Amino acid sequence: MVVRRRTRRGHRFTESPVLQLALQGWRSRMVGLLLMGAFAALVGRSFYLQVINNDFLQEKGESRYLRDIEVSASRGKIVDRNGDMLAVSTPMKSIWAIPADARTMSAGQKRQLAALLDMSVRDLEGRIAPEKTFVFIKRQVPPETADRIAALKLPGVHQEKEYRRYYPTGDMTAHVVGFTGVDDKGLEGVERAFQPSLIGRHGSRTVIRDRRGNIVEDIGALKPPQDGQDIRLALDSKIQYLAYSQLKAAVEVNRAKAGGIIVIDVRSGEVLALVNLPTYNPNNRESLSGPQLRNRALTDTFEPGSTLKPFTAALALERGKFRPDTVINCAPGRITIGRATISDAHPHGALTVAQVIQKSSNVGVTKMALTLPAQDMWQMFDAVGFGQLPHLGFPGEVTGRLRSWKNWRPIEQATMSYGHGISVSLIQLARAYSVFARDGDLIPLSLLKTDEPAVAGVPVFSPETARGMRAMLEMAAGPEGTAPLARVPGYRVGGKTGTAHKLVDGAYANKYVSAFVGFAPVSDPRLIVAVMIDEPSAGKHYGGSVAGPVFSQVMGASLRTLGILPDAPTQVAGADGAKGRL
Amino acid sequence: MVRFNMILLLIAVVCALGTVTSQHRARKLFQAVEGEHERVRKLDIEYGQLQLELSTWATHPRIEQIARGTLHMVTPDAVGRVVDKPATKPATKGGR
Repeated sequence: MVVRRRTRRGHRFTESPVLQLALQGWRSRMVGLLLMGAFAALVGRSFYLQVINNDFLQEKGESRYLRDIEVSASRGKIVDRNGDMLAVSTPMKSIWAIPADARTMSAGQKRQLAALLDMSVRDLEGRIAPEKTFVFIKRQVPPETADRIAALKLPGVHQEKEYRRYYPTGDMTAHVVGFTGVDDKGLEGVERAFQPSLIGRHGSRTVIRDRRGNIVEDIGALKPPQDGQDIRLALDSKIQYLAYSQLKAAVEVNRAKAGGIIVIDVRSGEVLALVNLPTYNPNNRESLSGPQLRNRALTDTFEPGSTLKPFTAALALERGKFRPDTVINCAPGRITIGRATISDAHPHGALTVAQVIQKSSNVGVTKMALTLPAQDMWQMFDAVGFGQLPHLGFPGEVTGRLRSWKNWRPIEQATMSYGHGISVSLIQLARAYSVFARDGDLIPLSLLKTDEPAVAGVPVFSPETARGMRAMLEMAAGPEGTAPLARVPGYRVGGKTGTAHKLVDGAYANKYVSAFVGFAPVSDPRLIVAVMIDEPSAGKHYGGSVAGPVFSQVMGASLRTLGILPDAPTQVAGADGAKGRL
Repeated sequence: MVRFNMILLLIAVVCALGTVTSQHRARKLFQAVEGEHERVRKLDIEYGQLQLELSTWATHPRIEQIARGTLHMVTPDAVGRVVDKPATKPATKGGR
């Protein structure tokens, strides 16, 4: 109907049947929609990229120019009390390779590299032979050599910074300072004990780099590097050297198996020197074995022998059972307890308590010990630190052996009174003597330099007892005592010898430990020196003749080094006109 | 109106150039600072090595060897020693 009406208006052309199939409206709308759809997809995608997935792209972009670089920190130094270097780190390079790339080196390049690294070409080829992605060719290469290697621009050969630890004092301080492994990890001694404070913490920062690899802008530090703390030891390297050289000479002369010496500051409890022999060179540890590594003064115990007699005597004085001039009958130089007999090396007659210490009479001390309750003796030994850790924080320090008093038999109590059936380390022994060198109190020891002049000790004996013992110990180191060789010209010294049979497989063998522990100057003690020589085998074995001379040399030289005034000078300026000619 | 716009455009261009130069200068200076930092590190390392060398030369065994061997020095024995101040009473009783 509609169509016919239009034709009547005269538009004949439109009557063509082809045009009857008019362009349908939905097709144009369809195209429009598709275009709109595509556009929406683009907008959506860009929204997704710009807003939702932004971080990823940002990161990709930054990775083109931003770099996190590591800022290295060095390990702390170890210095002695005067600031002398005992352990220092210095930067080195490690040379590493990607074997697959490194194998493409020409023969000439290999020769050059091998020559610079001081190794044979065959070794070098062996290093880069394995099918791995990473091998060290050589570690701890000096920086100059590393720079020359870098200049060769070898394929697949790379470098990394690392540190090497040097010990200028070498074997002298080896046992105290210890050493580190190749990755800056403390393995022994102070290096290990103070690892947490010594270690440096690497930092990192973010920078912008240009095409040539130059840093052009600092974006900020992610983590500041933290250098390790320096450790200042109580050790005095001068005294340490004196102790080391004297002990070494004594060990050689007496053909001893081992030896140890400790020097302690009486006022502060600082360990001024600690030497063990045999020792090792921490800078070259290739042929290192267990026995050399042990810090015997702390980790090994021995039966202290007569060096314990003063403690028994002091307890007897303290309890009021004896006075220094009480006479004890030591004849005939033997005493039988149960089935065992204790005898003196040289028989004595009647001796005063002071003389018992001076002559080191086993019988005299035994008689004193048997008047004391076992519990009292145990408490005293415990109070002076035997059977307890010295708490220096040192790896491997030991408690020694002090059995509970409840199962002591009388014979055991008697042998313990003169230092057998009990074992102590040299450092425990040295520390215990501080009760005599001070006014009866025991102080904690310190490996680190302390700034406080005095520490509060735990009282063990009364000041009177300590003073009385000082006088007796001075007699023991006097011309009539057991250790006249321990005397130091110009100073009054006190001390006690010890000569103990060694226990070998549970039986006392014909081997000895010779010891001497003493202090000086007696008028106001400043230093304690403890010397121990293990298995002297050149004829002499008495503590007085083996360890005594070492004590004398080290004590004398240390007192002079520290500028401590002689309390028994041979000449006084002004008296004879001579002055200042030292 | 056109002239004003031209002036604004010129100012904008000058500012842009200024930013570029100052950025460039900042980077140059930064590189100089970096260079100096690097030098500090190098000198620090050298200082450490020199300290190490010093302590190696000044070890006590070497000092003793030179004193006794080359310079023929000896420790005076007790008889040769004179004490400046008489030590009749203990010098320091305090501090404990």
